[in-house]
Amino acid sequence: MTEVNLSKVVKFYGKHRAVHGIDLAIHDGEFVVLVGPSGCGKSTTLRMIAGLEDISDGEVSIGGRVVNDLPPRERNISMVFQNYALYPHMTVRENLGFSLKVAKKEETEIEKAVDEAAGILGLDELMERKPAELSGGQRQRVAMGRAIVRHPDVFLFDEPLSNLDAKLRTQMRVEIKKLHQKVGNTIIYVTHDQVEAMTLADRIVLMQDGYIVQVGTPLELFNAPVNTFVASFIGSPPMNLIDGTVSGTDTIKLAGGLDVPVPAAARGQVTDGQKVQFGFRADNLMPEGHAVQEEGEKANLELTVTLTEPLGTETVLFTDIAGTEVQAKMLNPRPVRPGEVLKFRLMLDKCHVFDANTTEAIRG
Amino acid sequence: MDRNQTHRNRKRALKTLHFIALFATMSVICIPGLWIVLNSFRPTVEIMAKPPIWTPTFTLDHYRAMFSGAGEGGVPVFSYFRNSLIVSVVSTAIAILIGMSGGYAFARYRFKGKAGYFVGLMLFRAVPGVALSLPLFIVFAKVGIIDTHFGLILVYVALNVPFTIWLTDGFFRQIPKELHEAAEIDGCTRWQAFWKVEFPVARSGVASAAIFAFLTSWNEFALASQLTRSVGSKTMPVGLLDFTAEFTINWGGMCALAVLMIVPALILTFIVQKHLIAGLTFGGVKG
Ligand SMILES: Nc1ncnc2c1ncn2[C@@H]1O[C@H](COP(=O)(O)OP(=O)(O)O)[C@@H](O)[C@H]1O
Ligand SMILES: [Mg+2]
Repeated sequence: MTEVNLSKVVKFYGKHRAVHGIDLAIHDGEFVVLVGPSGCGKSTTLRMIAGLEDISDGEVSIGGRVVNDLPPRERNISMVFQNYALYPHMTVRENLGFSLKVAKKEETEIEKAVDEAAGILGLDELMERKPAELSGGQRQRVAMGRAIVRHPDVFLFDEPLSNLDAKLRTQMRVEIKKLHQKVGNTIIYVTHDQVEAMTLADRIVLMQDGYIVQVGTPLELFNAPVNTFVASFIGSPPMNLIDGTVSGTDTIKLAGGLDVPVPAAARGQVTDGQKVQFGFRADNLMPEGHAVQEEGEKANLELTVTLTEPLGTETVLFTDIAGTEVQAKMLNPRPVRPGEVLKFRLMLDKCHVFDANTTEAIRG
Repeated sequence: MDRNQTHRNRKRALKTLHFIALFATMSVICIPGLWIVLNSFRPTVEIMAKPPIWTPTFTLDHYRAMFSGAGEGGVPVFSYFRNSLIVSVVSTAIAILIGMSGGYAFARYRFKGKAGYFVGLMLFRAVPGVALSLPLFIVFAKVGIIDTHFGLILVYVALNVPFTIWLTDGFFRQIPKELHEAAEIDGCTRWQAFWKVEFPVARSGVASAAIFAFLTSWNEFALASQLTRSVGSKTMPVGLLDFTAEFTINWGGMCALAVLMIVPALILTFIVQKHLIAGLTFGGVKG
């Protein structure tokens, strides 16, 4: 059983505090993705788990064993780096077998393990090549092979796909997920790409400025963001946010004069005159006749389309509510010209309210 | 059609110019060496002849004389060669070990005053060796290591370390730190990670540093001529002075000894050359 536990983990780089005492419990066999904008401390956190950075304060344990003072080689982990870090002077075979050779395993045993890993990742044809003779995708595969050869307790990935082109990235994403299903190890995966996080994770850990903002399943983060940062980071396009003021107990006056009712989840939680941000996703603002048919409270809006992004199965429509640019979605799309005025339906049940000062979600 | 023609002509002209420039440069570099080799095979009268004699006569007299007894213009070639070899090889090995450690430290670790140390090392290189010869002579004489291999090795190590640090620092800097991190995760200690991964990758860099250090020691004259005086410690460049008498210089003999000095250096360079050209093989990481 390999849980990974972080308890009040802090990292100082000189005087600069990069990670602010984070707590995180990762279960055995779980696929956890650390996601957040660049510079938020994801890599630093991962590298502390790996033993590549000293832990300034707090405790990291792997499989119930405190590893703060153990070197990387005694933590039984594997890591895949963003730049792959293959050994350039060794062939693919030697790269794969390196860790076992260092561990002084029998030749036959090494060969067996290497062949097995090569089989899983489809590397058989490449075994005698040097890294310089491989394409980006192949290098990525070798890096993953090197990680699985030694059957570690935990896999660590630091943005392993960000050097690949878009198509290969999608393909490798699927392979990583399959690999996890096959080997079933605990995986901690770092990325700045929310799509990768959503598609791969059992649980997402969203970080900002060295803090954990929210931990949860992809759908929890998508459906119930704890603040506006999560709301605009998770999901594509990001959640629309419009400034407003609560009037009475059940109306929000949006900047520009539009009135919307307080969404059910926030009713009774707001006070008269409170400054808020009203949020909804593009999926919940759809033109009539091109929307999901769903029960629930709706508001009707007539809006002018300013820009369109056709994606095939849907088109993203840019429009404007009370002076704030918002994005809507059109299902079964027909061609729409900029300047066209359409009748939109806003699904009020799916809307969110955030406190304008704290940016935190107001939810019952 | 016409445009094509002029374009082609210009290209040809450029190529010719390129060739001439290359030839001129190579001449400047090679002719003195060639002159030394040629003169080592010519009788002294021909070397000194005015006007010059353009059709040379071939003779091995200078070599024969050099290897003969002391009375007949001979010099202790084997002793000089052995001294040179010992001093150069040992000082190079030590300088590479120290310099590589230093270069690695500069490339990988942060420490207080790093930039200052680095500039200091480079400044040390800026001091002309000759300027050090008198102070060194006095100190060495006091300590009693004048006219020994040890003294000369000490000087050459000091001379070569800064340059080696500078060169290897550059090579190690080009190796991404993820390589040793990956090795450490794969089960290596920091020390193993260096020898199994970083050193092999930087091998060509270290080899070129070694060549430079070796040639510096092998050819150095100014300090060696002050710090050595007996057959037991004189190196080949100093040995060349044996051919100067009070009023005459035995050019032919000097050239013959110089040839013996150049040949091993050439051979060594050829051996190491292929490592130098191979360069750093990246591809282990995404470029
Ligand atoms: N070696 C380092 N020295 C000093 N500061 C660093 C170092 N590595 C990272 N940082 C700082 O720590 C913060 C977090 O970095 P990092 O964990 O690499 O972010 P992420 O991986 O989320 O993009 C950043 O502000 C970065 O500038
Ligand atoms: Mg990072």
